[in-house]
Amino acid sequence: MSHHSISVRDLGFAYPDGTRALHDVSFEIGHGESIAIVGANGAGKSTLLMHMNGLHSAAEGSVRIGDVPVTASTLSGIRKTVGMVFQDPDDQLFMPTVGQDVGFGPLNLGLPEDEIDARVDDALTRVGALALKDRPPYRLSGGEKRAVAIATVLAMCPDILVMDEPTSNLDPRARRRLIELLGTFEHTKIIATHDLDMALDLCERTIIIANGTIAADGPTRDIFADEALLDACQLEQPLVMQGCPVCGHDRDGAAVVLSAAPLG
Amino acid sequence: MSTLESGLYRLGWLDEFSGRDTPLHRIDPRAKVLATVVFLVCVVSLGKYQLLALLPFVIFPIVLMSESGMPPRELSVRLAIAAPFALVVGVFNPLLDQAVVGTLGPLAVTGGWVSYASIMMRFLLTTSAALMLIATTGMTGVCAGIERLGVPDVLSTQLLFLYRYIFVLAEEVMRLARARSLRSFDNRGMGIRVYGSILGHLLLRSIARAQRVFDAMQCRGFDGHVRTRSVLRMTGRDWTFLLGWSALFVVFRFVNVPLLVGGLVTKVIS
Repeated sequence: MSHHSISVRDLGFAYPDGTRALHDVSFEIGHGESIAIVGANGAGKSTLLMHMNGLHSAAEGSVRIGDVPVTASTLSGIRKTVGMVFQDPDDQLFMPTVGQDVGFGPLNLGLPEDEIDARVDDALTRVGALALKDRPPYRLSGGEKRAVAIATVLAMCPDILVMDEPTSNLDPRARRRLIELLGTFEHTKIIATHDLDMALDLCERTIIIANGTIAADGPTRDIFADEALLDACQLEQPLVMQGCPVCGHDRDGAAVVLSAAPLG
Repeated sequence: MSTLESGLYRLGWLDEFSGRDTPLHRIDPRAKVLATVVFLVCVVSLGKYQLLALLPFVIFPIVLMSESGMPPRELSVRLAIAAPFALVVGVFNPLLDQAVVGTLGPLAVTGGWVSYASIMMRFLLTTSAALMLIATTGMTGVCAGIERLGVPDVLSTQLLFLYRYIFVLAEEVMRLARARSLRSFDNRGMGIRVYGSILGHLLLRSIARAQRVFDAMQCRGFDGHVRTRSVLRMTGRDWTFLLGWSALFVVFRFVNVPLLVGGLVTKVIS
């Protein structure tokens, strides 16, 4: 079995104050899949992501990355395999310069100096941020910070990328660039997001989380075509699937009725 | 701009300045840190009436300023911010210590005034030296330097993180302050009770952020030790800088140069 797969079985989790954040969550993710995890605010998306690399340990059920269960003793291996991009890049960029920040992970892996240099340059080049190498992170724009945050994870060469709201707080152009960038990655990707248009562009499969459990799991287009389901989970169709408010046509030019977009 | 905003701007300016490339900026951080420490020790260890002996020390910040291209205005603005503390510290000296120690023409000068002036002088010297250290080395360089000098890891890491997150924290404070002032009318809502609540919020947010930063560090293999790749090397120039300045400070400390020069001049004239 590959390291790129994830298996979650009957996962349940409650915060110390008793709030039940997750229950009965089960799914399998195969090698190279791109999965969107969507859901209303407070549905449990971030809590679920925290289980993917052991920041939370499963209170009930289990999480396996490839053949390895996520437990305290397997954490260091798991964290090499699963790279996590946080929602707020300021939480992730804590070193004095971009280059040092990207090198933080490889340095902790105990890699030789020239390998670290190569990885830092390679990761920054992939996200188009090599020119920022010597800048302090707090002087970057939102889009640059996000790109660098992704580079910090790429430098560890993970097999699986877990991302929490990668497009939040980005201007439209930066968002588009990020989507194109993520599209070039061949990693197994898990993306928690409210940006359903991005989910449609990047992820062939979507899991909807509602009230701490899975409300739907299936092909992204099928799920986003089910308006009743989306409505029940406090979600809306992605904008590209809604009719144009001006001309009443979708982007392919077909006439659509606003409340029942015929897609699937 | 609010005081905090302009303070943040000034900090950012200093940070950018420290990234310049002058011969002084290129001196090894350890040499600059150690020379500054020797300077500080020599300045503060002089007696409280030894005002004259303090004067020669001015050469250090002045040389650093001219070598690094620091505009005098930028330095004086920053000194002015810290000045009130020093002004208040010694304000009772002239009242408490009224013994006459000398005369200046028709004026009798009391020990209190001399010691007050020496406090102000020390403040100017030490603060400008510290500012010039940061301006020519950068906080990162200072942290790397002190770590290599054997300061415990915990301390240098703390300092590094303090500096990294002071920008984030200050922006958070600014947003809170703005939100409050927009909903406070006729100074209602600006009282101390609201301050308490704001501080509480800040603390909770900081704790939450600290947890997230720690999570992010753990994800990338943090095990309690921040590894940095030190490329520091003390060259001949660095040693010359360190030893030359240190020797000069020690001479200034033990030989009252202005008095010596004054004595020589009077001897020549008479």
